[in-house]
Amino acid sequence: MTTQPDTATSGAVTPSATPNQSPAAGKPTGFAATDVLVNEFDGGPDTVQRALSTGDELQPHTDLGLKDDEYDRIRQILGRRPTASELAMYSIMWSEHCSYKSSKVHLRQFGDKAPTGTRMLAGIGENAGVVQISDELAVTFKVESHNHPSFVEPYQGAATGVGGIVRDILAMGARPIAVMDPLRFGAADHPDTARVLPGVVAGIGGYGNCLGLPNIGGEIVFDPTYQGNPLVNALSIGVLPVERLQHKEAAGVGNVVVLLGARTGRDGIGGVSVLASATFDEGAEQRRPSVQVGDPFMEKLLIESCLELYDAGLVAGIQDLGGAGLTCALTETAAAAGTGMRVWLERVPLREASMSPTEILASESQERMLLIVTPENLAAVLGVAEKWGVWATAIGEVTPAEQDGSPGRLVISWNDHIVVDVPPGSLADDGPVYARPIREPADLILLQADKAETLPRPTTGDELRETVLRMSASPNLCDKTWVTEQYDRYVLGNTILAQPEDSGVLRIDERTGLGVALSVDGNGRYARLDPYEGARLALAEAYRNVAVTGAEPVAVTDCLNFGSPEDPAVMWQFAEAVRGLADGCQQLGTPVTGGNVSFYNQTGAAAIHPTPVVGVLGVFDDVARRIPMGFPAPSAEGDLLFLLGDTACELSGSEWAWVTHGHLGGRPPKVDLENERRLAQLMARASQAGHVSAAHDLSDGGLSQVLVESCLRRNVGARITLPADGNSAFVQLFSESAGRALVAVPRGHDKAFAGLAAEFGVPCTPIGSTSAEPVLEVRDQFTLPLDEAREAYEGTLPRLFGGAAELANRHGDPEHAADPTAPASPDRGAEVLITAAAGAAMESAAPIEADGIPAAAVAEVKEPSPAEDDRPGGSAD
Amino acid sequence: MRIGVVTFPGSLDDGDAARAARIAGADVVRLWHGDSDLHGVDAVVLPGGFSYGDALRCGAIARFAPAMDSIIDAARGGLPVLGICNGFQILCEAHLLPGALTRNQHLHFRNRDQFLRVESTDTAWTNSFTAGQEILIPVKNGEGCYVADERTLDQLEAEGRVIARYVRGNPNGSQRDIAAITNEAGNVVGIMPHPEHAVETLTGPSLDGLGFFTSVLRALAGAPAGANAGGHQ
Repeated sequence: MTTQPDTATSGAVTPSATPNQSPAAGKPTGFAATDVLVNEFDGGPDTVQRALSTGDELQPHTDLGLKDDEYDRIRQILGRRPTASELAMYSIMWSEHCSYKSSKVHLRQFGDKAPTGTRMLAGIGENAGVVQISDELAVTFKVESHNHPSFVEPYQGAATGVGGIVRDILAMGARPIAVMDPLRFGAADHPDTARVLPGVVAGIGGYGNCLGLPNIGGEIVFDPTYQGNPLVNALSIGVLPVERLQHKEAAGVGNVVVLLGARTGRDGIGGVSVLASATFDEGAEQRRPSVQVGDPFMEKLLIESCLELYDAGLVAGIQDLGGAGLTCALTETAAAAGTGMRVWLERVPLREASMSPTEILASESQERMLLIVTPENLAAVLGVAEKWGVWATAIGEVTPAEQDGSPGRLVISWNDHIVVDVPPGSLADDGPVYARPIREPADLILLQADKAETLPRPTTGDELRETVLRMSASPNLCDKTWVTEQYDRYVLGNTILAQPEDSGVLRIDERTGLGVALSVDGNGRYARLDPYEGARLALAEAYRNVAVTGAEPVAVTDCLNFGSPEDPAVMWQFAEAVRGLADGCQQLGTPVTGGNVSFYNQTGAAAIHPTPVVGVLGVFDDVARRIPMGFPAPSAEGDLLFLLGDTACELSGSEWAWVTHGHLGGRPPKVDLENERRLAQLMARASQAGHVSAAHDLSDGGLSQVLVESCLRRNVGARITLPADGNSAFVQLFSESAGRALVAVPRGHDKAFAGLAAEFGVPCTPIGSTSAEPVLEVRDQFTLPLDEAREAYEGTLPRLFGGAAELANRHGDPEHAADPTAPASPDRGAEVLITAAAGAAMESAAPIEADGIPAAAVAEVKEPSPAEDDRPGGSAD
Repeated sequence: MRIGVVTFPGSLDDGDAARAARIAGADVVRLWHGDSDLHGVDAVVLPGGFSYGDALRCGAIARFAPAMDSIIDAARGGLPVLGICNGFQILCEAHLLPGALTRNQHLHFRNRDQFLRVESTDTAWTNSFTAGQEILIPVKNGEGCYVADERTLDQLEAEGRVIARYVRGNPNGSQRDIAAITNEAGNVVGIMPHPEHAVETLTGPSLDGLGFFTSVLRALAGAPAGANAGGHQ
């Protein structure tokens, strides 16, 4: 073994190239009850043999989240009581998170209604969906939730959310190339938001930046509905040569099972079940932080080693370890192949030598992958791991199916004790499935009757001007630079568009310009008013965001964030949203390739707004023709502006109703997916012909917000004449009708563009032009200097989360520049500590979701990361 | 001309630095941290990233890599070396450049398009610019706040070794708005912002970053044969 400086000097990374890693602890003597979390009694672990002889022993299955009938079924499957390790494994694999037991019956629609003739190479059921984008290349992408951990411990919760989704992408054989983060928090000015948001943002940045993945977009939404349940969803995308697609099957009897990556510790135990709170003896309980702790450096090394292994053809099967840890990886790989598996648990490299077999199986320690390799390739695999300074340990081997042809068994020993002997399929595939009762929420009829269209509206030019400013400064519509500049958007050198653009656009192939566009959108208010339409609106918006860049939308991923499935009203919302999304995808010809369900997002009896978040992937033959959202620096006369689509008076669920009246009621805007498809076809064609210099989708905040954003992007003004279509100026500016976009067309291209629009049947209305003067003018209504608009638009988040003084300095505005010797204001340090305690005390309904854990299982809430001090002129540290 | 780009565990912008050098017209040689052989390169780029996960201090461990032993020797012999971001941190840890990079004053990672003023064109990496020229390249770092004692800062200023300064806003609190410095000989340059991200119109805010790479090619073309690489040919 040649010593390399990393391994010699870092200490943090010591590669283990020996397959037979000796167990760190010797044979357990006097194994005390205080050392273990579940029923592992004095003298050693609960073995299969012991389970056979103590069939009547009481087991804590209800504490582990298993129902009585589920427990009976486990006994039936095994023909005896489960061992403590087996019980823990069933509780994990049959949890809502792993088994999708409440959602499965609905999610089938994504397959049943899947459009045919698509580019999908792998779909639902794989770690992530894979879509072919050229003869040689495919991309894989997926969005997942990490909601509850992020509420408990914002930094690590969000960081490991990024880490987890990136490993899903890696497991498909892809190099991860970008991330996006749809985020939802409570009210922007709520004290607890000041605890959660900075931590979440720092965690996403801290992990993604260190991993070398550009962050190209996402969402930041504030709404009191998410106060105790922030939604931290994470999306990643990767690229692979088509022939490098990996599979999780543990095929090939005699093949070696290798654990690659970080050592296993006690972090994250009970993440997806309620394991951590379940013991017979509360006094003996060892409470450990149940949120995993991320190490992005290790993940970077893991990525590079896996890619090197793939390229060398050394991997027969691979699965990432995320929620559910080894339990999930071992059972899923074996079940997928129908083989058996023999695992020696004492070989697993541990961070803490005293871990019990159950803990090793349940640990959610991050940055680990499970590899299936042929015996001939083992040495080469270990060599690659050593090169990158990553632990790699042979922990088991693939065993044959039963002689009668039925699938093999998963047999796990720990220091010569057989602690697990199960059919892996019973864990991975045969979990319980529930058709839960559904019932329309009792308040829905009244809610839908309370329309926003009847609310008092601004009428005069001055009132409209003030509304434009107020809206653009509102937390959901304002500039998000405070967040996004904490993310690296440049690394890897292929980012063509990133936030605040409508979509992130990536170059995939430098030679040909082949690329992709990605957008992720959702609107919980719309879905609250009508979950079926809300899901279709989320799909329509993400689809439109991709389309306005000129890309062809081809595939969908989704993250379905809902309250408790045991509440029939929530289940109805879920059923409606899934039906809406499945119908929408069928109509648009964009299959759902994979995604994630997050239930139990509620505080007490109050569920969050149903929040289906939809990601749409689009493809570019050449990213050079992408269309940005900002108006280009104007030629002498300026580019012509056209409004595409029809505007109706649709204000219910709108940002305007919320910001100015705190109102939520009525029915959301109508969505016609055929219109969306025609708009997409028009934009793709116009982009190919070079007819469009800028385009921006109309959604939250309507035309008003689009004008502000497109002007401010490059500080280019616009003179607008609202069309005489019968709508008031107010409705034209603030309605949120779907299927619309604003485009800038260089002079000389306008006739051709209008012709194309007519050809595709897209309404196309001239509404003015860009101008060199930095002013937004709406004729007969108001004139707004861009500096004033910018101050409103950019000031909000720095004012809420720190940095307002610096912003003023940066604009060179002496009036607003803070005295650098004065203390920063507001000083958030003390406030944050108080709110951390408040957050810990906040009642929460034990969500179980992606890698989630019940709040009750967490002993303490850590202090927020010290990210608050934005004092200009302060000392360096 | 052959430009070497070193990959440490945790290097992230190595591919970008290689692309930038290639676009500038160089032949690129990828160097591995564990290999002390510099494979006859004419110049070296230490790329951005988080070598060794920033354990201990940024750059503190990378500085001891076998490749760095050779690079330190060669740099003292005149080999042009550019350290970008983490590379700058490594050069400071290696004592090829004075001072240190500390946590951004506002404590956030920050990524934005940043204007710099080129203060000195007398280095191997900045001779393509004109003195006083304002350029726009991305900055992205969490620990980019340049600090040194007053005497060192005065000396850097007096010797014209501050080669670029932040203008129109200081993104990280660096003393005297310092964005880039050079050693006494002008062959070793450390810069916090990322010129390798401003080399293509499609992906960067400008093409200003290319100047660093064309500069070194020009310096090498003008240099007498064998004068550059400190005996590692």
